[in-house]
Amino acid sequence: MSTTTAPRAGEQPATDEAGPLLEIRDLDITFNTSSGPVHAVRGANLEVYPGETVAIVGESGSGKSTTAMSISRLLPNNGKVTGGSIRFDGKDITSVPLGQIRALRGSEIGLVPQDPMSNLNPLWKVGSQIDEALAANGVAKGAAAKQRTVELLEEAGLPDAECRAGQYPHEFSGGMRQRALIAMGLAARPRLLIADEPTSALDVTVQQQILDHLDTLTAELGVAVLLITHDLGLAAERAQHLVVMYKGQIVESGPALQILQDPQHPYTKRLIAAAPSLASRRLVSAKDRGAEGEATGSGDGGAAPVGGSDAPAASADGGAAAVAATAAATPAAKAAASDADTSGSGRESTGTDADIVIRAENLTKVFPLRGKVPWRSTPFTAVDDVSFDLRRGTTTAIVGESGSGKSTVAQMVLRLLEPTSGRILFEGRDIAGMKGREMMALRRRVQPIFQNPYGTLDPMYSIYRTIEEPLRLHGIGDAKSREAKVRDLLDKVALPAAMMRRYPNELSGGQRQRIAIARALALDPEVVVCDEAVSALDVLVQDQVLHLLNDLQAELGLSYLFITHDLAVVRQIADRTVVMEKGRIVEHGTTDAVFHGPQEEYTKRLLAAIPGGSIPLAGSETIEVDVDTDVAESEDARAEDVDPHHPLGGDPEDPFTGAGHV
Amino acid sequence: MIWYIVRRLLQMIPVFLGATLLIYVMAFYAGGDPIQAIMGDKPLSPAVQDQLRAQYNLDKPLIVQWLIYVGKVVRGDFGVGFNGRPILEQIQTAFPVTFRLALIAVAFETVLGVIAGVISGLRKGTWIDTTLLMISLLVIAVPTFVIGFVAQFVLGVQLGVVPVNVGRDASVVNLLLPGFVLGIVSFAYVLRLTRTSITEVATADHVRTATAKGLSRGGVISKHIMRNSLIPVVTFIGADLGTLMGGAIVTEKIFNIHGVGSVLYQAINKSESPVIVSVVTIMVMVFLLTNLIVDLLYAVLDPRIRHAK
Amino acid sequence: MRSDQTARSLRPAAEHFVAPLDETPLQKVDAVDTTATPRSMWGEASHNLVRNPVFVISALLILLLLFVAAFPGVFTQYDPTKGDLSISNQPPGDGHLLGTTRQGYDVWARVLYGTRTSLTVGFFAMVISTVIGVVIGAFAGYVGGWVDEVLSRITEIFFALPLVLGAIVAFTALSNGVGTVTIALILALFGWTNIARITRGTVLSVKYQDFVTASTALGAGRLTNLAKHVLPNAIAPVIVTATVNLGVFIVAQSTLAYLGLGTGSVSWGGDISDAQPALRNNPMMLFYPSFALAICVLSFIMLGDAVRDALDPKARKR
Repeated sequence: MSTTTAPRAGEQPATDEAGPLLEIRDLDITFNTSSGPVHAVRGANLEVYPGETVAIVGESGSGKSTTAMSISRLLPNNGKVTGGSIRFDGKDITSVPLGQIRALRGSEIGLVPQDPMSNLNPLWKVGSQIDEALAANGVAKGAAAKQRTVELLEEAGLPDAECRAGQYPHEFSGGMRQRALIAMGLAARPRLLIADEPTSALDVTVQQQILDHLDTLTAELGVAVLLITHDLGLAAERAQHLVVMYKGQIVESGPALQILQDPQHPYTKRLIAAAPSLASRRLVSAKDRGAEGEATGSGDGGAAPVGGSDAPAASADGGAAAVAATAAATPAAKAAASDADTSGSGRESTGTDADIVIRAENLTKVFPLRGKVPWRSTPFTAVDDVSFDLRRGTTTAIVGESGSGKSTVAQMVLRLLEPTSGRILFEGRDIAGMKGREMMALRRRVQPIFQNPYGTLDPMYSIYRTIEEPLRLHGIGDAKSREAKVRDLLDKVALPAAMMRRYPNELSGGQRQRIAIARALALDPEVVVCDEAVSALDVLVQDQVLHLLNDLQAELGLSYLFITHDLAVVRQIADRTVVMEKGRIVEHGTTDAVFHGPQEEYTKRLLAAIPGGSIPLAGSETIEVDVDTDVAESEDARAEDVDPHHPLGGDPEDPFTGAGHV
Repeated sequence: MIWYIVRRLLQMIPVFLGATLLIYVMAFYAGGDPIQAIMGDKPLSPAVQDQLRAQYNLDKPLIVQWLIYVGKVVRGDFGVGFNGRPILEQIQTAFPVTFRLALIAVAFETVLGVIAGVISGLRKGTWIDTTLLMISLLVIAVPTFVIGFVAQFVLGVQLGVVPVNVGRDASVVNLLLPGFVLGIVSFAYVLRLTRTSITEVATADHVRTATAKGLSRGGVISKHIMRNSLIPVVTFIGADLGTLMGGAIVTEKIFNIHGVGSVLYQAINKSESPVIVSVVTIMVMVFLLTNLIVDLLYAVLDPRIRHAK
Repeated sequence: MRSDQTARSLRPAAEHFVAPLDETPLQKVDAVDTTATPRSMWGEASHNLVRNPVFVISALLILLLLFVAAFPGVFTQYDPTKGDLSISNQPPGDGHLLGTTRQGYDVWARVLYGTRTSLTVGFFAMVISTVIGVVIGAFAGYVGGWVDEVLSRITEIFFALPLVLGAIVAFTALSNGVGTVTIALILALFGWTNIARITRGTVLSVKYQDFVTASTALGAGRLTNLAKHVLPNAIAPVIVTATVNLGVFIVAQSTLAYLGLGTGSVSWGGDISDAQPALRNNPMMLFYPSFALAICVLSFIMLGDAVRDALDPKARKR
């Protein structure tokens, strides 16, 4: 499998003038935990040359941050470098006294940390936190430091820097804080900047601005950047050299484009296949993949796969519309009443009201915000005159950045919030007036899935109790039939029935999200509101869950209202897209139309900001994603462990594997 | 900031009224007969009882009685004791003594508690941490009055380095040991709280960022760990003043200090309800006031509170 | 993209490293671990607890104290309330294990029977204060709005009266006879505020969690949610505080007894007060009840510490 061999320690003269600025050799890092030592990083090799950007890519727990933090000895107390060496500027700094490391911190090695919300001390003014970095590294003191701080903040792209320097972190937005952290990291002009997921907590447009700015700045200053990210697209866009980490080991490293276009290690292939930012079309459900095996996999192909056998064929006036019809056609059998209108793409524009499960009409939500004086509140319009339809069996995505009001819309659809004005119709009936039994019936038919996998399950409830709760609440079945139903639901979300007796704290984020899906499906709902349902998951897991959601839609005829900030995900899952900004709908149309012919400036900006969107992926069709057959563990593969429909989970014959979503 | 202060002040009014009502009702009505509560167990003729009823407004509805009482309290009129001396006068001489005692106790618990807590928190798991924790546990478990006797016995009686009784000479030097005894339980709590708080803040992201900036360890500790972790300690010390007031009664009894606590103790012995009510009311007022100051201090320390409207 | 920048020329030949597959085996995405035994939060907590020596020691001590409190007669034949002046101030030994007091009481018997008073007051006060505190705190935090304002002010009113001071006022009013249960009630009346504050805080943090919202979206009512999701998740810190409170109530009761506000029944605080004048001649009279009191309080504080460690969400894997 491996085509190139690793440069081993000692092959290169480390003290060479043109040598690497940072050279990590055979690095082992071990954490002492209550359950014994954990080898977080094993045998890692990487080097960063002056002025270049190297990205370490990996999922959470891959050891990427640990590797980076070990350089300037910022590991938590229970973590230690247990082997290998770290050389900075030709000097071995693995075990020099702490004082020497401290001399490097800030002035030679800067850090831009991950979470802007927690990385500034809330009790000190932003300016003084940069002042102290200047003072600590002997750059400037007192008034001179203050002056320099303002310059640095300006340089980091913070408007009105002089005034901002005197403010506290809580008066800053996330993006502004991140700019302040960049100013701080670069304050003493280090030669190496470690940027640990510097923008992962920010909106895409802000992310792009900040990364652009960081790029220009580091290029001007000749600073080398070690970029830590989970986003392959972003890494490829920003770095010349990629290092892919997986479970504490470096599995592949090399020039960014080469890795992206010719990945060698199966893990890298897997990662590239799953990266949503690199995908360009809607997912096709396993059912349709099976039924229409010979259909073309190209993005704008004309042939439209047909879902249900009794549904008329779709017309072929656009890839996305056809794909949308695929998903739409399946439940057509169920919704017999609308049979006449279910033909092809026509339903996108001419479908009757009978197809519309949920219609939002002129939704407006105004929150009273505390004003300058306590007794007077200022109204804040979170959602402003929003109207959209969700058609049966399809997915409508509401996409927007933070503060766009998208989640408020979701809450109103779920009737967790009452709209200030406007109404929400469920199958033509206003949900606002519903009470008692009628309301319970609505609850059964509209279910949510939330973002945070760690908050979505009650930690005190076993998995069985979690999934059974809705059945019990609605008085459905007896103990025996409920258990059968729970088993069935676990099977649907591709989890083993043995999971029933477990508790959420034993599960990974992706598994918890599957349980949340199972719970949402327990009442056989028609509509599922996914509020950032996959946003918190690692790429591969996200990909798996997206496939699962898509397959369930085809199988059960579900309609999804998909709330997300991630346009790349929208493209994979949605038939129609609603773009929101500051409470208003900016653009609204089929996903294809929105992605290929955006009308509004804001939509264009959003699209342009998807990281990695511009990367030329040579021969994306040719990337053969290896299935588990050559994987060490595959012989004891338990079918229930993985989504059987997942391209990496089995089905090696499936022609859509790999190509389907690259 | 201004609205924060205004809000805290406004919130204090119902709390003050409620607390006085609570004390009033409890003292005069919990036992059934308010006259007996006032006069203790002395046998009284019906005529005297009626006179007392009128004197103490007991012939009026409870709410009116209480309002009259609050009105007097606000004007600083706390009534007279059995001995005919105004209660306020008795407290006036006692108050500075107790104030000094409490100040010594607070200074001791804060300074030593925070220092020990910081050492313990930064050296978590080492022998010094374990030792300090054990000491704090022992101090909490052994009641103040036992620590008081033992200290008095060993240092006063056997070694003779401190006076056994403070008596009339309530100078700061003489109050050192009683202050130490009064503050020792709170010292243990401050230590434990500081330790928890320090360990929490020490692993915070912004502390790592500060380290990455190149700050010295001392700079990181003093500027980024200490200040952040002391905020909950400040709140605790404010709330702890209540414990100190209860403790002052005990400490003043042990060392024979003529403070507010001993006024209260004597009133308890004589079942002199009006004095008890007045002294407790004053203590509650002081307590509320210090907590207000602590809240304001909190706002000074934490800009997020300051800016909240 | 920065790939066109000149900086990259510093890197020598662009090597493409691929780890050998046998050294970096690929695992299934998000595989389910079916080997470990399932464990609920409480299951895991108790698993950790029984391995914690602090817990084991304090729990054993508390069991012993409970047994002594329930059956003090098993350990002594003397009645602690019957003084015999003919055997006043006897040294230890000779039938009286720890000697006798000036009034001729058997010290050992008084220490044993004092356990009963302390534990009864402590337990009753702890249970009552916890119930009051949880109810008020939970409603304040869960309902919010003006209910929260009112309940928070009520909490502050009781908080403004420190435990011992409040108890003194109540005590003097009830001059004619205060039983053990009454004293527990009085202590509970002024000792519930920290429980209420903690409950309010944790309820506030739990009530906005997604699993509560999810339950609402499933059709669960507000009270169902409070009882089934919010409270069970908010209760852990309450248990810890209640355990420590038990120790605090025992100290408060002995302080009151020391100040002469006793119940009439045998209590350590009262005995310590009685032993004080004889400190010079017979310091052991002071030592025995003090030691018993310290052990008792220490047990509950240590138990609270151990439970806190076991329930600490940070110590649990997510």
